[in-house]
Amino acid sequence: MKTLVNKAAKHAFSLAMATVLSISAMSVSNTAFANEKVVDNAPEMATLRGTAPLNAEVTPPAMSKVENNDLKRQRDYPQQPPTIPHDISKYQLDKNFNKCMDCHSRKFADEAQAPAVSVTHYMNRDGDFLGEMSPRRYFCTQCHVHQLESEPLVENEFVDMEKIIRKAHERSK
Amino acid sequence: MNKIMNLLKMGWTILSKPAVHLSLGFLTISGFIAGVIFWGGFNTAMELTNTEEFCTSCHEMNDNVFMELQSTIHYSNRSGVRAICSDCHVPHNWTDKIARKMQASKEVWGKIFGTIDTREKFEAHRLRLAQNEWTRLKANDSLECRNCHEFDSMDFTRQSKRAAAQHSSALAAGEKTCIDCHKGIAHKLPNMDGVREGGSPH
Repeated sequence: MKTLVNKAAKHAFSLAMATVLSISAMSVSNTAFANEKVVDNAPEMATLRGTAPLNAEVTPPAMSKVENNDLKRQRDYPQQPPTIPHDISKYQLDKNFNKCMDCHSRKFADEAQAPAVSVTHYMNRDGDFLGEMSPRRYFCTQCHVHQLESEPLVENEFVDMEKIIRKAHERSK
Repeated sequence: MNKIMNLLKMGWTILSKPAVHLSLGFLTISGFIAGVIFWGGFNTAMELTNTEEFCTSCHEMNDNVFMELQSTIHYSNRSGVRAICSDCHVPHNWTDKIARKMQASKEVWGKIFGTIDTREKFEAHRLRLAQNEWTRLKANDSLECRNCHEFDSMDFTRQSKRAAAQHSSALAAGEKTCIDCHKGIAHKLPNMDGVREGGSPH
């Protein structure tokens, strides 16, 4: 019985302390705001918002044009899905219809002169070839993306695999 | 039967008799004025059925095809020129327009009996409905497209490479017409299984 009372007293004390502490903390911060002495020491982060404070709206940059020159881009690594060198806005790509395959399917490669999708798009995950496009490869834009005519937002430090190999060779010499 | 024949005969005797009290001038002029009023009224009434308000006044059109149109370039674009339903779906030439309007009486039937009054029913019918329009546009060499998009005024140098290549070859030679490649330009395409190989899922 005695211990129980003791415990209750301890709880009450700690609660009181916590209240006092929090009130004093609040008053400190209140005075700080009042004097406008808050210094934002946060580093300037490169985010999509830029350095705009949380309560401000940034004017979004003008929308960039979609690259539409039909020129193949270099791939940065062998497995990279090739980028789309043309505008695909308003192309229907849903469970009813795939506009991309209107040109990129094997059947229409001759009349459309578009690269036909590789045979991997007809493979299921066990590596078996299907007669029709594999459902897991049906939605083109999961892997293939169009490009914008704009400057990159952040510097790209990607190093091509071949460069690394060449450097390794040079080092071993 | 006899009664009807008698009635018809009576009507004919009245119509075939020359007018006794009315002058030829009065009949001619009033006939002309009445003709203008009727003809104008008829065409005005028909034009009313060509407006967007009329087409989208029923929920079948408003909730399905009109919704889909609104995100396409034929509804919203940089220059603000836009097409309404009848620009593409009703021929502009008068005789063709009358023929299409007569066909459309079947659509009134469909409206009354609720052929496509739910989204599910519409989805079930839409391939057939779309095919009707594709057949019509294929047969008239995409006339309704060409009412605005004049081939002779196309500047291939202002088109993308792929567009210029197709327009200057297949379209110029008449092998293909607009609708062959531009299906689903103003509405979503239905399941195209069996219509266009390659483009449709299984």
